[in-house]
Amino acid sequence: MRKGKILENAKVLFSSKERETSAEFLKSVYKDLKLNYPKFFKMDLLSKLGFIASELLFRNDSIPASTALIFANSNSSLQTDENYFESMSSFPSPGLFVYTLPNIMLGEISIRHQLISENCFLIMETFDAELFENQILANIAAEDGAKAVCGWVDLHSDEYDVFLSLISAEGELPFNAENLQNLYCSK
Amino acid sequence: MSDLYTELKKNIIEQLNLEDMEISDIDNDEPLFGDGLGLDSIDALELIVLLEKDYGIKLSDPEQGKEIFASVNTMAQFIQKNRTK
Amino acid sequence: MINFLQNDSIISPLGFGTEENIVALRSGTSGLQKHYNKRFFPEGFYAGLINTAKIDEHFSDFDDPAKFTKLEKLIMLAIGEVLQTSRLESLQQTALVISTTKGNIDQLGRNEFSKDRIELGKMAQIISDFFEFPHNPIIVSNACISGGLAIKVADDLIKSGKFKNAIVAAGDLVSDFVLSGFQSFQAISPEPCKPFSNDRQGVSLGEGASAILLSSEETENSIKFLGAATANDANHISGPSRTAEGLFSAIEKVIQKAKIDRFELDLISAHGTATLYNDEMESIAFSRSRLQEIPLNSLKGYYGHSLGNSALLETIITKYSLLNNELFTSLNFSGQGTSKALNIISKNKKSAINLALKTASGFGGCNLAMILKNC
Repeated sequence: MRKGKILENAKVLFSSKERETSAEFLKSVYKDLKLNYPKFFKMDLLSKLGFIASELLFRNDSIPASTALIFANSNSSLQTDENYFESMSSFPSPGLFVYTLPNIMLGEISIRHQLISENCFLIMETFDAELFENQILANIAAEDGAKAVCGWVDLHSDEYDVFLSLISAEGELPFNAENLQNLYCSK
Repeated sequence: MSDLYTELKKNIIEQLNLEDMEISDIDNDEPLFGDGLGLDSIDALELIVLLEKDYGIKLSDPEQGKEIFASVNTMAQFIQKNRTK
Repeated sequence: MINFLQNDSIISPLGFGTEENIVALRSGTSGLQKHYNKRFFPEGFYAGLINTAKIDEHFSDFDDPAKFTKLEKLIMLAIGEVLQTSRLESLQQTALVISTTKGNIDQLGRNEFSKDRIELGKMAQIISDFFEFPHNPIIVSNACISGGLAIKVADDLIKSGKFKNAIVAAGDLVSDFVLSGFQSFQAISPEPCKPFSNDRQGVSLGEGASAILLSSEETENSIKFLGAATANDANHISGPSRTAEGLFSAIEKVIQKAKIDRFELDLISAHGTATLYNDEMESIAFSRSRLQEIPLNSLKGYYGHSLGNSALLETIITKYSLLNNELFTSLNFSGQGTSKALNIISKNKKSAINLALKTASGFGGCNLAMILKNC
């Protein structure tokens, strides 16, 4: 998900309308996907991005409860931090405060898909395929047949960069840092 | 009188980001938590903020919330009695 | 392959350096004191804060204190001590893993430092550059399990063969940001926190930093890191699970992974934040894992909850419990306050300790369990 476009395996699934904010775009995708999940509206923008991306990633697969979530971004929860900070000058909002941690989106995805699995949220300056590879291999090796999601969900000044990749024993592309990096970089 | 109910529902929808709900979707005596509107513990905390922000009521004991936030009816009654703005 | 926890450092309200901290724990001293915050707590709150002047006094041995933020200085003091005592030949094969939840969040809305200091990556880079680590620092920010998760990440990195060692460091502050947030959750205790106790009323926050060297080599006074596992509750983003599914699952996974007999555990260093629901959840997990007889403590009564720092700080204390065969009291416990009874440590004592479990849980439904063992 980048610049008002959502791609699945290099194919454009959704495009944002002109002058649509990120939040409006995600809401229209939510509507298009006919998701009936009121919790979506309570999420901060960062979690909404992770949530919508994982809905698309998981829609054609059965996702075992042991699927590890190895996520990272560059800006942590900074945009929500700023929103909460603003609320501090009047009435500090608990509903905003809870989202001032980037791993909350892992909780949202886990609740939605009932994943009782490994979680790891890292902060990387830029997408670090080698570190992802290392962490995903370590977590997949821990459980036989386990799957993992490699997730990059970054948000800053309403600009987002989201890339999710499902890693499992089956599939066409061998899992390694190079392929992961190429997938992330592909337009 | 009914104005407070409508206004309260509007405030609840706004404060709790119930974007897919309309004022007419909330019944006065419908339970806000549990099977009714399905609100959760963070919503309860946000309702405490709402009472202070919109009606100038500070809940000293969050345990009170359980009774006050039972439904729009109980909330409105509490606000009528205790509002400072 | 097993990695070892070697030299460490704790910078906390109880002292600069691990030694001062252990002395304080032995004497039952708490770092929690009443403080006042005009904006959010005019009537006062209990927390474990570190005096800024004292930090600067210690830090002036390193560099000009005005050049760094409070948190940077705390983390650098901790890393500095570990590097000094460890005498690594070079940092070429040493990773730097930093755990924090909020980093320099106290700088939000201020302009003492460049604006990008608020970014966790920038903060980590400044710390890394100061000690001239040749590799990019790795940052773990996974709520209140971060400090333990950072050791797990470091362990995985060493096992992959990319590094021989890792410095794992952690730190978080008691800022207006965090203080007002926990207050909006009605979660701050009006008195020093009382983990697992029947009269507990919530969290006391704390601040500080800690660091430890994880290495593939065994040295004198090192202990074995037998592994860690995490699991999400899949229940609620802030409310602990009523079945404790996540923590239970993490404990069961790590017991299996470490290939230990659960009944040989001598100590559980629990999370124990002293909120009603968290401590209850933990008691259910320990009971489901049949660990209710194992001596258990929460160290939050000494330090408060230092968020991304807490699990690393508590791992280091657990390391000393193992090395010195010493159990530390679970401070401020007055009576059983969970539906499942636990064996809460009520006074400091010497006891043979060979195997320990450390747990942590946090917002977002995350849970972590790790096993430490004497060499």
